[in-house]
Amino acid sequence: MVVKVFGPSYASCCRKVLVCLIEKEIEFEIIPIDIIKGEQKSPEFLKLQPFGVVPVIQDGDYTLYESRAIMRYYSEKYKSQGTDLLGKTLEEKGLVDQWLETEGQNFHPPIYILIMQLVFHPKLGLPIDDKIVKESEEKLEKVLDIYEERLSKSKYLAGEFFSLADLSHIPFTHYLVNDIGKAYMIRNKKHVSAWWDDITSRASWKKVLQL
Amino acid sequence: MNLTLFKGGEPLVKRTIFFFLLSICFSPVIYKLLPDPIHTSSMALKLYGIPMSTCTARVLACTYEKNIEVQLVPVTLAAGEHKQPSFLAKNPFGVIPVLEDGDLTLFESRAITAYLSKKYKEQGEDLLRLKGGNLKEEAMVGLWLEVESQQYSPAITPILYEHFFAPRRGKIPNQKVIEDGLVKFEKVLDVYESRLSQSKYLAGDFYSLADLHHLSFTLYLMRSPWASLISSRPHVNAWWECISSRPASQKVIQGMTPAEK
Repeated sequence: MVVKVFGPSYASCCRKVLVCLIEKEIEFEIIPIDIIKGEQKSPEFLKLQPFGVVPVIQDGDYTLYESRAIMRYYSEKYKSQGTDLLGKTLEEKGLVDQWLETEGQNFHPPIYILIMQLVFHPKLGLPIDDKIVKESEEKLEKVLDIYEERLSKSKYLAGEFFSLADLSHIPFTHYLVNDIGKAYMIRNKKHVSAWWDDITSRASWKKVLQL
Repeated sequence: MNLTLFKGGEPLVKRTIFFFLLSICFSPVIYKLLPDPIHTSSMALKLYGIPMSTCTARVLACTYEKNIEVQLVPVTLAAGEHKQPSFLAKNPFGVIPVLEDGDLTLFESRAITAYLSKKYKEQGEDLLRLKGGNLKEEAMVGLWLEVESQQYSPAITPILYEHFFAPRRGKIPNQKVIEDGLVKFEKVLDVYESRLSQSKYLAGDFYSLADLHHLSFTLYLMRSPWASLISSRPHVNAWWECISSRPASQKVIQGMTPAEK
C-alpha cells in the first residue's frame, strides 16, 4: 500500500516525513495541498487534520498527523527495514526522544518564526516584524551554542548514530542556511557545521529536494 | 565518662556496660558501613525537580501511575541552582526536571515520561499502549502527545505565564498577549471538544500518556480566571473531571497545592 502524504513537497514538516519514508524504504505519493491559497483550512482538509496544518498521511483507511508522530510510527512499524532511526537499546531510544523533544520545544519555535517571517510572509503579502525576528535569532543562537557543545562530544545528537532527532532538524535549517542569509549561524560553529554537512549529504535528503 | 560506675560493679555488669559504651562510640562507623537506604536499587532513579513545577509534576504523574519509586531531589530555583555548572552538566538548557537512571541522564519531561513508560511497561498503567502490541493505538497516543506538545501547550503557556508568573517577576501582565492567546487557545479547545465527543480519552477509549501530559498545565488554567474555557465545553469538562480525579492525578495536584498558612 502506497502511503499518501498530503501537503506541498516544499513544506518543512512534510519534508521531515518524506525523508523518513525514504530512509525506511517506504513507497509514497504526494497529494499537493496549496497552503499559500489556504487549502489546509478547507472543510475537506479539516476532516483529515482538524488543526488545519500539513502534513497528514493516509495509509489505506488509516489517517495520522503531526510529523513527529508520523515519523515515530513508521520508524517503529518498519524497524527491521531501512535505516534504524530510533536507537537500539532503551537508553538510546531515551536519548533520541530527548533530542527530538529538544528540537520540538527549543529549536523549532524560534526557527519556525524566522522562516515564516522571512520566507513566507513576503509570499503571503504580510509584513515582517523585525523585533520578533531579532528575538528569535537570539533564542536560536543560544540553542545552537548548546548543540555545538553536544556535537563536540557526539557525532550525532543522540549518540554515534543518525536518528529521528537529527532528521527532524534538516528541513527548517535548510531554509535558514539557503534562503534567508543566515548560514553564518551554522557555519560559525565548527561541530554544528560538520554535523550539518554530514546529515544533508544523505541520499534521502537529496531526493526530497528534487521532489 | 563516669568511671565511678565501674568501680564497685560486678565484673559481668562492668563488661556489659563497657561494651555498650564502646558500641555507642563506634556507632557512626557501624552506620557508615551499613547500606544507605536512599541508595538501594529500588531508589536508583533520581528526579531533579520540585512538585510545584508543571514539568516535574508531569513526570511525577507518570511515576505514580506506574508505581515507580523515584527519589525526588529538590532544586532551589530561587537561588539559581538550575543555572549552576553542576546542574548545567545534567541539562545544558538549565531547566527542571532531569532524570538520572544509573549512567543515563535524561532531560525534557516528555522524553522522561516516554522512557519510564517503556522501561516499566509491565507495571502500572500501560500509558503508551505497548503491552497489546497494537501499533495503531500506540500511534494514536503518539499523535495526541504531539498535539499537546505543538498545539495545546504553546497556546496555553503564554496565558498562564502572563497571569501567574509575570507578576512574580515584577512585570504587569501583557493583556494583548493574553487576549491573542485566548483566541488561539479556544480554537484548540474546539478541536478537543469535537475529538472528545467521539472518544472518552484523547487517543481512544483508554487513559494514556497523551491525557496525562495535559494535567499540570490544565490545573493552572482551572485556577485562573479562565477555568470556564474548560467547564463550558461539556466533553472537555467531562474529560478533565475524569483524568484529574484519578488517584495518581490527585497526588500530583496535592503536590502542586501550596500548604495553607
